[in-house]
Amino acid sequence: MMAFRQLLARDLALAWKEGGAVGITLGFFLVVVTMLPLSLGPDLNLLSRIAAGVLWVALLLAALLSLGRLFEGDLEDGTLDVLAMGPLSLEGVVAAKGFAHWLSTGLPLTVMAPLLGLLLNLPGEGYLILIATMLAGTPAVSFLGAVGAALTLRARRGGLLLALLMLPLFVPTLVFGIASVNAVTIEAGSALPPFLILVAISLAAIVLAPLAAAAALRFQVR
Amino acid sequence: MRLIGDKLSSVRGGRVLFAELSFAVAAGEALVVTGPNGSGKTSLLRTIGGLLPPAAGEVRIEDTAGDAPVREQCHYFGHRNAVKSALTVLENAAFWAGYLGGGRDRAERALDAFGLSGLRDIPAGYLSAGQQRRLGLTRLLLGERPVWLLDEPTASLDDAAQAALMTAVNGHLQRGGIAVAATHVPLSLQNTRTLSLQRASASAA
Repeated sequence: MMAFRQLLARDLALAWKEGGAVGITLGFFLVVVTMLPLSLGPDLNLLSRIAAGVLWVALLLAALLSLGRLFEGDLEDGTLDVLAMGPLSLEGVVAAKGFAHWLSTGLPLTVMAPLLGLLLNLPGEGYLILIATMLAGTPAVSFLGAVGAALTLRARRGGLLLALLMLPLFVPTLVFGIASVNAVTIEAGSALPPFLILVAISLAAIVLAPLAAAAALRFQVR
Repeated sequence: MRLIGDKLSSVRGGRVLFAELSFAVAAGEALVVTGPNGSGKTSLLRTIGGLLPPAAGEVRIEDTAGDAPVREQCHYFGHRNAVKSALTVLENAAFWAGYLGGGRDRAERALDAFGLSGLRDIPAGYLSAGQQRRLGLTRLLLGERPVWLLDEPTASLDDAAQAALMTAVNGHLQRGGIAVAATHVPLSLQNTRTLSLQRASASAA
């Protein structure tokens, strides 16, 4: 547990210190979301209908930006070799790094999303459920993304390959996240079923993704 | 305690680097691995450390207290230092100390041993290549592990740092540890045995 905490704390410190990774992710999120009203025109009804979808797609793209770096730095400077021989299993290493990625990316994006909701005229009753779905859905993004990051670690142009590989896997999270918000804002139905599926996807990802990513990393350090 | 390599073979990219390689190193002994470039020194060290699965054979540690796998009983110090340039010298050492089970006082002592205590609050990215190498070497002193795997440890070190390294390794051997070092330059270690690897013939593929 000590090693897990140390690695988590170090990754958070690096996310803060190393080239402003958090700032770039949030800035990208802001830019993508603000481009949309500019390109679609000031039709408030249209904007409020697509707000949830736009926020979720932009969030996934923003999260992808930083996923490529998840293991890259550690591979380049030899840290990954030491981690692979450390007291913490590689599954634990992936879990710690995935959790750190969520804290430094998923959480700030979730905090920022309601502010951007204002730009898109998201209906007032949608804010709580938007925050809830993003809190519940972003762990899946970080943990599934860790598998992709581990697989594409040594590939040239790994970032592009990562996007191609991971975006389809993010579709369930996207669909059920948007469905939960829309159930409240547009259809006036129950948001609970899609929300619970979203939670299930995240929980499954947290459990299974470290196994898959660790298997990929074992191959990468050879 | 004995470190045993039993009929190890390694194949990289379809090329046989070494085959049926056996060795035994006892507590307090250093095994110096020599050989030309490309003869498989690094692959041998990574195989012992469990990073590279052997094509055949096995590595084991006999007569040891715990039953931890071999890789958790080895320190691997390779060509790359595992140093984060955004963190300060002390933060780097303190992270590895905490991760490998040592304490903060251990980090301070290790920095002292390699002459880095004056630089502790400087981000590691501002250090020279040799100083970064020294910072990487402090990791050997940050967690208690019986086997040290050193891949050309003296590269880019000055005389003082080489002396500090030899002091650290000899101290480790005196405490009953084992060291395996791949090197091109003679190391002033006590109790050494030499394993020399030949370059694999081109036809071995």
